Parts: sequence; structure tokens; C-alpha cells
Amino acid sequence: MWNFPLLPDQASTFAGRVDGLYFFLVALTAFFTVMISLMVAFMAIRYRESNTKVNRDNPLPENPTMEAVWIGVPLVIVLVIFFWGVNIYFAIARPPANAVDMYVTGKQWMWKIQHPTGQREINEIHVAVGQPVRLTMISQDVIHSFYVPAFRVKQDVLPGRYSQLWFEPTKPGIYHLFCAEFCGTKHSGMIGRVVVMESADYERWLAGGSSNGGSLGQTMADAGAQIFEAQGCITCHKMDDASRAPILKGLYGKSVALNGGETVIADEQYIRESILRSGAKIVAGYGPIMPVYQNRISEDELMQLVSYIKSLGGPATGTPAATPSAAPASETKGTPAAAKPAQNVNEPSRNK
Amino acid sequence: MSDAAHNSLVAHQFDDARQQQEAATVGMWTFLITEIMFFGGLILAYMIYRNQFAESFHAASRVLDVWVGCFNTCVLLVSSLTMALGVRAAQMGDRKKLVLFIIATMIFGAAFLGVKAYEYAEKFEHHLVPGPTFHFHGVPGHEHAPNAEIFFSLYFAMTGVHALHMIVGLGLMTWLLRKSIKGTFSKDYYNPVEICGLYWHFVDIVWIFLYPLLYLIDRS
Amino acid sequence: MDTTSTVERVSATGIISDTIRTNFLNADYGIKSWLLTKDHKRIAILYLISITVFFMIGGAFAAMIRMELITPEADVFTSEAYNKVFTTHGIMMVFFFLIPSIPATLGNFLVPVMVGARDLAFPRINLLSWYIYVIGGLFTLTALVLGGVDTGWTFYTPYSSTYSNGYVMLTGIGIFITGFSSILTGLNFIVTVHKMRAPGLGWFRLPLFVWANYAASLIMVLGTPVVAIGIVMIALERGLGLGIFDPRLGGDPVLFQHIFWFYSHPAVYIMILPGMGVVSEIMACFSRRHIFGYKFIAFSSLGIAIIGFLVWGHHMFVSGQSSYAGIVFSLFTFIVAVPSAIKVFNWTATMHKGRIVYSTPMMYALGFIGLFLVGGLTGLFCASLGVDIHIHDTYFIVAHFHYVMVGGSVMAYLGGIHFWWPKMTGRMYPEGWGRFSALLVFVGFNLTFFPQFIAGYLGMPRRYHVYPPEFQIYNVLSSGGALVLGIGFMIPLIYLFWSLKYGEKAGPNPWRAAGLEWETTSPPPTFNFDYQPVVDHEPYNYSEIDARSSATVSTHSVQEEQHV
Repeated sequence: MWNFPLLPDQASTFAGRVDGLYFFLVALTAFFTVMISLMVAFMAIRYRESNTKVNRDNPLPENPTMEAVWIGVPLVIVLVIFFWGVNIYFAIARPPANAVDMYVTGKQWMWKIQHPTGQREINEIHVAVGQPVRLTMISQDVIHSFYVPAFRVKQDVLPGRYSQLWFEPTKPGIYHLFCAEFCGTKHSGMIGRVVVMESADYERWLAGGSSNGGSLGQTMADAGAQIFEAQGCITCHKMDDASRAPILKGLYGKSVALNGGETVIADEQYIRESILRSGAKIVAGYGPIMPVYQNRISEDELMQLVSYIKSLGGPATGTPAATPSAAPASETKGTPAAAKPAQNVNEPSRNK
Repeated sequence: MSDAAHNSLVAHQFDDARQQQEAATVGMWTFLITEIMFFGGLILAYMIYRNQFAESFHAASRVLDVWVGCFNTCVLLVSSLTMALGVRAAQMGDRKKLVLFIIATMIFGAAFLGVKAYEYAEKFEHHLVPGPTFHFHGVPGHEHAPNAEIFFSLYFAMTGVHALHMIVGLGLMTWLLRKSIKGTFSKDYYNPVEICGLYWHFVDIVWIFLYPLLYLIDRS
Repeated sequence: MDTTSTVERVSATGIISDTIRTNFLNADYGIKSWLLTKDHKRIAILYLISITVFFMIGGAFAAMIRMELITPEADVFTSEAYNKVFTTHGIMMVFFFLIPSIPATLGNFLVPVMVGARDLAFPRINLLSWYIYVIGGLFTLTALVLGGVDTGWTFYTPYSSTYSNGYVMLTGIGIFITGFSSILTGLNFIVTVHKMRAPGLGWFRLPLFVWANYAASLIMVLGTPVVAIGIVMIALERGLGLGIFDPRLGGDPVLFQHIFWFYSHPAVYIMILPGMGVVSEIMACFSRRHIFGYKFIAFSSLGIAIIGFLVWGHHMFVSGQSSYAGIVFSLFTFIVAVPSAIKVFNWTATMHKGRIVYSTPMMYALGFIGLFLVGGLTGLFCASLGVDIHIHDTYFIVAHFHYVMVGGSVMAYLGGIHFWWPKMTGRMYPEGWGRFSALLVFVGFNLTFFPQFIAGYLGMPRRYHVYPPEFQIYNVLSSGGALVLGIGFMIPLIYLFWSLKYGEKAGPNPWRAAGLEWETTSPPPTFNFDYQPVVDHEPYNYSEIDARSSATVSTHSVQEEQHV
């Protein structure tokens, strides 16, 4: 207890940059606080009432020039900080193309993580040094916030909407994972750890497949493909026939024209919304015939479906490192659309 | 203490009737600005969701009966007219007309609330009240509205808060009625009628916004 | 003009009159004369008593928080109870103490006197606002007694609307009701400042305290209704099953955050602006100088009030709002820092070649400047996008806003209470104890909240009941500081109460201060002045006052006669 740590570990590419601005701000705060406090102390002592010897002639008059200086100087300083902060923010907001996708579901009071390769973890996330990771996150209930102090990143995890976060670990170790947004009784228990491993160790870990949340036994995209069949999606969304429903191959990342005349980019959020409430944004030329899947598919399964649809490729393939191997497999799975009805009957019970 | 002509109608804190009247008017306008901000929050929510769920809003809006809404709009506009005439009567010191116009305003206000109650009852019957029993059927050609529940949540929130303001307004009218029957108001002292009138007109204007926002979107 | 008031105004120049006069305190007796009073000064006293009660409740809950957090484990409360404790602390302090603190007590007492009016424009509405406040408070206290609420004072949806099983509705109704007391106070101030100023009292002759309260009133009037409708929407969702923020219907829970912070960020300025007004008055009086940069301070208050409405999104940098929105909100937040800086520099310049008197109010004001500096400058950390992502929702934020709200508002509030105590009660407080407690509050405050900056940057999230052990040392320091701070707050409570009976009698103007409130008697008569005050000089004319006090009393009364 008797040591005084001042900084969390610096374990991501952001940490140094954020700390740099932080130190600048600390120095600035110290400078102004000390300067003004000294000025106040100096004047409080020098011009104390009992000091009758001090010269009080010509006190500072009202002075627009001085006002201009102390309006102008702070304005310049804050603008410098503003741009510096925005610069870091842009880096944090924009995941690089080579980032690995991972999927996070928050619920009261645990974190569930799915790796595209099928590993599932609870309150723990294994990542490799030097490998950028992009998290797609959603909450099943209230708002949570995914916070790793050692990475200097934080992002609220919302119900009903995907949010994303990325980081690139730089230092092996085990770091705190906190929920930073108050989420109910066990809010302070919604913690976990981020295990950063050397690449080789990470590969071994992946190959071992053992993790505390179990494993899908297949890639997420494959699992998604199974759901795609089981829920009967494939009866309309065919690989080569767009007569009843749009072809999903190559959809991800494309801009889609809607019935109302607008266009949207088919990102994860759009795919998710289209599955749950298909009627909200209907592709131009189609009618509102798709059933509503809300309450019939869990968030985890939705992420697998999204992962599957992403694996079908798209125009701007920022294809994650792990998915290419999964893509062909799922495509072959997708074609035999035979034994569907039977599965369809069984599935709903599984989903409850 | 200044010995200015403090008649019983000028409160002790004011120098004269003019100052009192100006203060009351500025006060009422300030209050109406807070009211604008109050409804502003709801209208903000409305704008965001309407933008997000345009189709649902269009389809859901068609379920509302335009003509009932229109009738109610007319009722309110007429009540504003009688209110304005009431203020005029107060300014002229015409007590009889004042009483008459206040009663007329109250009747129209009550009629509005009655029609509103009828509309609410109808929504209950058709399962259009958000909650577990909510079920949206739509009108022919516009059955499809996955986010209709949000529209009806806003419908009840907005019209409900508005109706609450109408009820407060009726309370104010009752108070005015009592005072004007007693003969409190005169050519020199009619300010309460004027500022209650301001409030009444404001509540009307809110409805003038709510009616098109809720009833008239996408009617062709 | 009758003779007694002549005698009084002679005494305004330094001679303390021994005759007992009718004042607002002894004008009438009995509980009814208080509960049905329309006198703004009595209403201010009612507010003073009730917010002190709420401050003590909020303080007791703060003590519980600090007690629990001494060790990393759960040892005093269950998680459920702890969540209710910090929620109650926040709600009590924000809605029932900080927001009404200076406006409803000092403002209520002083604004009409400072503008030379007999009362606020709407005395009955003023009394109504107190009743509304008390009723709102009772609702919230009832919720507390029944079992409390655990959403945090921010009531974020969907936790508040769907998941929490505390008394959200009852608490929400309480806060909704109390909001109207704030609106009515603000409305009263705006109309009073516009329409009730004494002859000769132009806008630029108004004391800066009035400017500051005017600016705060604008926020109360424009902001409070927005949070009110937000709470209504939560209530409709929770109570009647409407679904405006419900993600299951496609609603957006983040929309609530926008509505909430649209009020609750400017609300911070409701707390701090009147405090800045108090400090301006105190700095000028105890530097014996005209305040430096009067117009800049006055306009910076308005600037803060206006720009303050454009910065709410900085509470939501990690909420999932658009990054471009984040950038705009960050920029405005940096800009709103500038008017605050203007004030600090002007206060400092006011001391130059002054005649500094180390009275208790002055010590509080100097403490305010130091703590507000830290609070304001650490605000730059929070405004800066890159850094805020890390410190958002950590103890860094907790430390920052306590520096502004406690180090700022509460220090100013206590300074103001001491400064105008002789005016309000007619009695002096014991100066030695006053200085001692000011020092104690300053030291205790820093010990409590400075360690939280470090714990926060280390990554300790706020609202954590149990926490990893590496944060413990800072929590121990903080809890130790809280003890000192608590004692520092208790001392004034005791001696101010004591002074009501045993304090030295104060004359009309014990500080030889400028301003209309010091021209009338202490305590003032029911209608504030025995004559119609007329203002024929600039504010903060301390050089004239000091020059006069070296002359004889008789010349004074002659000069004073010009007022008539």
C-alpha cells in the first residue's frame, strides 16, 4: 500500500501520446497555479493593511491592453491543447486496416468476448503484442463502458447499437479491464483482465483453444453460417438469385440504395438493424416481407451472423487477418440449401 | 418608505402601476421562454426519431384522425379568439363581456380536452398505447411501421404534456372568472387577464406545432 | 424623510447605533410570520436553514463514501447500499444544495437590496419557490427513507428507466418539482434586475454579484425546463411504459444523456457564477480598491452563461456520439475556459496596490482563487479529447468537479455567508475562529481531493464500491482529508449559530464596504430602506470611502445627505 504509483502502465501505442499531452497539461497547470498563487501571495503580503510604508500611488488602472493580453494568451494556449487533443483523438477513433476483429458483449455484470477464430472468453481478453485489435461491442442491457487504463482507451458499450474501439498493445503483461459506466449493483465487479502476449505465445494460445468461456468449435463466420441456415435466411437470401431478397455476397461496406431514396453504408450496425427490424431500412426494389428477428436471436449470435456476412466479402475489404481462412469454408457451407425446413423447426427452442 | 401613491392594487414592492404591469409582463414572457425550452426537449426527441424512422412515422401518423385533430385545432383557435376578446373587454373595463368571454374560453378549452380524451380512449381500444399490449395494424397501404411504438410514445408524451398545460390554463381561467365576477378588474387594472391570456395563447401555439408534427406528416 | 433614518445613515459612516430598531427579523414574531412571509430576506433565511439541512445530509453520505473506500474491499456497505449512498450524496449536493446555495440564500437576500428595491418583483412566487423546494426535497427524502435510489445522480437510461429497482420515480418527481423552484427564483431575479433598479443604478453600476446572479438566472430559466422534460420522459417510460429511450423499440438511450447534460452542464455554471460574484465583491472590499476590469468581469459572466450552453457534449466523448460532434464540443469547452481566466486575472490585478485585509471572507476568497485555478485548469484535461478518453468516468473527473463545486462554489458560499452575516443577522462572527476554519477547509479540501486526481489518472473508475488494491493509498489520504474537511465545515456551523446570540453587534457597515446593501441598517428593515435610495456614483468606490473615513463624521453626513 505504501507506494505512490503516478501513472498506469504504458501498454499501447496510444499510451505515450496521451501521457505526452497529459504531462504538458500538468506542467501548464502547475505553472499557472504557482504563478498566480505567488502573485496573490506576494500582493497579499506586500500590500497588507498594516504595511503603511509601501507605495500605493498609481495602482493599476482599468487597462484594455492587459485584458487583451490575458484574453489572447489563454485563447492561444487552449487552441494549441485543442488541436493536440484532436490529433490524438483521430488516431483513437480510426482503426487501421490490418486490425483483427474481436466481438464484445457486455451484460450485467460481465464481459463476453468472441474471437473470430471461435474462442470465447469471459472477463478476459487475450491479445498479441503489435497486433492492432478492433473491438465491435454491444450491450445486452444497460450502458457499460469498456476501459483499459494501460491502453488509455475507453468506449461506452450501448444497448441496441454497435460501438467500436481499437488499440495496439505494445507490452506483454496482464492489465485491468474495467467497466467505467455505472451499470448497476455489481458495477465495480464488472472487471476483467487483458492478457497481452508475445505473438508466438498468442498463436499457441489460439491453437490450444482453451479459454474460460469455451469455444464455438468453429470460426465465428462458420457459426454464423449455421445460424444463417437454421433461421431460414438462406431460403430468400440466395447466393446468386436476387429475386426475393438482396444477395448478401459482397454486401459488407457497400453503399446501399433504400426504398425511401436514401443510401446507407452497409456496416455492422446496418446489418444488425436489418436482421432485427428489417422494415426500418429496406433495399430499393424490395417489399417489407422479411420477418422481424428481434428477441429471436441473441447478441452473441447476431455478431456471428454479422461476422458471416462480412466474411462473404465486400468492395472495401478491410478483411481482418483471421477471416480469410474462414470465408471459403462458410461459402461452401452456404450452398447446400437442402435440409433447411427440418432445422428450422428445431431452432427456435434453442434460441430461447 | 416612499409615500408614493400606493393604492391597494399596486403591490408594496412596486413604485407604481406601470412598473407592476411591466414586471408582470416581462415575468410572463420569461416563463413562456422556459416553456418553450420544456416542449423543446420533446420536439428534439421527435425530430431525431422522425429523421431516423421516417417510414414508421409516416405510417403511424396515418392512423391518427386528421379531422378530429383539425376540429380540435379549430376549437383552440376559437378559444384564443375569445381569450383575446376577453383581454380587450378587460382593457375597456367591460365586466360583463369579460365574464362572458372567459366562460366561452373555458368551454372551448374543455371541449378540446374532451375530444382529446375521446382520442386517447380510441387509442386504448386499438392497442396503440405503448407497452406490452401495443400492436400496430396501420391503415391499408401503410401497415408497415417497425418503430411505431416510438411514434406513439412521443404522441402521448407530447399531447399529454400539452393537455396538462390546458388543464393548468383552465385553472387560471377559473381564477380569472372568480376575480372578474367580483369586479377586481378595471381599466386601470387588467394585467392578470393579459398575462393569463399570454399563457393561453402560448398553449395554443404549442398545439399549432403539435398538430402538423403528429397528424399531418406524409399526407398526400 | 423622518428623523430616525437620518440617525441611521449617520451611523452608516462608522458610529454604531445602540437603539433597537425595527428590522425584518423583529418586525413580526411567530412561526406563521415566517412560513407565510413574503419578505425576500426571510425567505432567504428559510432557504439558508433548509439548504444547510440538505448539506448536512449530503455531507453525511459523503462521509459514508469515504469510510467505505478506506479499504479496497467491501467492509461497511453492500454494493447495493453503496450505490445508493453515492447516488444520494450526488442528488442532495447537486440539486438540493449547490444549485440553490448562493442564488436562493445570498442572492435572495441581497439582489433586491443591491438594486435598491423593496423586494423581489414577485414576493409570493418567491415564497412559492421555497415551498416547491421543500416539497421536492420531501419527495426525495421519502424515496431515501423507503429504500433509496441507485442510478447515480445522472439517471442514465436505460438503467434508470428499465433496470434499476430503486425509487427512481419518486426521486425523479422530487427533482422535477425542485427544478421549478430554481426556475421561479431565476425568473424573479431577471425581472427584478430589469425592472426594479433604483434611480441612477444603470447596468454598469450594478454590483458584480448581481451580474453573476443575473447570468446564472438565465441558465436556470433556459436550462432547467429541459432536464425537467428529460425526467418526465423517464417517468413516462418507467411508470406508463412509453418508450422514448428504450433501445428495444429502437429508441436511443444516448438521447437522454444529451437532454440531461444540456441542463446539467450549464447547471455547473449556476453553481459557480454566483460564487464568482461573491468573490468579486469580497476581493474589492478587502483590497480596498475598485474592482479591476469591471466590464470584463460582468461580460465574462454572460459569456460563460451563453457559451456554457454549447459545451454539454463534452460529458459524452466516449458515449458513442459522432466524433465530429466531439470535436465541436471540445472546441467550445476550451473557449469557455477563457472567460473564467479573465476573472481570475482581474481579481489578481485588483489586489495590486490595494490595502489587503485578512478577514475571514477574504481568506475564503483567496482560497477560492487557488482551488478554482486548479479546478479550472484540470478542466482543460477533461476538455481535451485525447486525454478525456482516458480520464472520463474516473476519479480524475471526480476530483476536477469537486475542485470547481466545493473548492469553488462552497468556498465562495462560505465566504459570502461570512461577508454578509453581519448584514443578515446584525451580529459579527468570531473572526479568529473564522480564519481558522477557512484554513482548515482549504487544507482538508486539498488533502481530500488532490489524491483523487492521481488515482483517476491511474485508472480508478468512479462509482466503484470495491477497487484494486493499488489505488488504496490515495483513497486513504482522501478519507483522511475528508475528516479534516468535515471538521472545517462543522466549526462555522457552530460559531455562526453561537454568534446569533453572543456575537458582537454589527453596525450597518462593519467592513466599510461599498454597495447599497451597506447603506441600510443591519439587519435591514422589512422594506430594505427607510428612504428611496438613489445612486449617483460608480460601484466599488473604495478610494472615496477610505478618503472619507479619514475626514470627520459630520462632513460625512452632509455628503450622505445628497442621496436624499
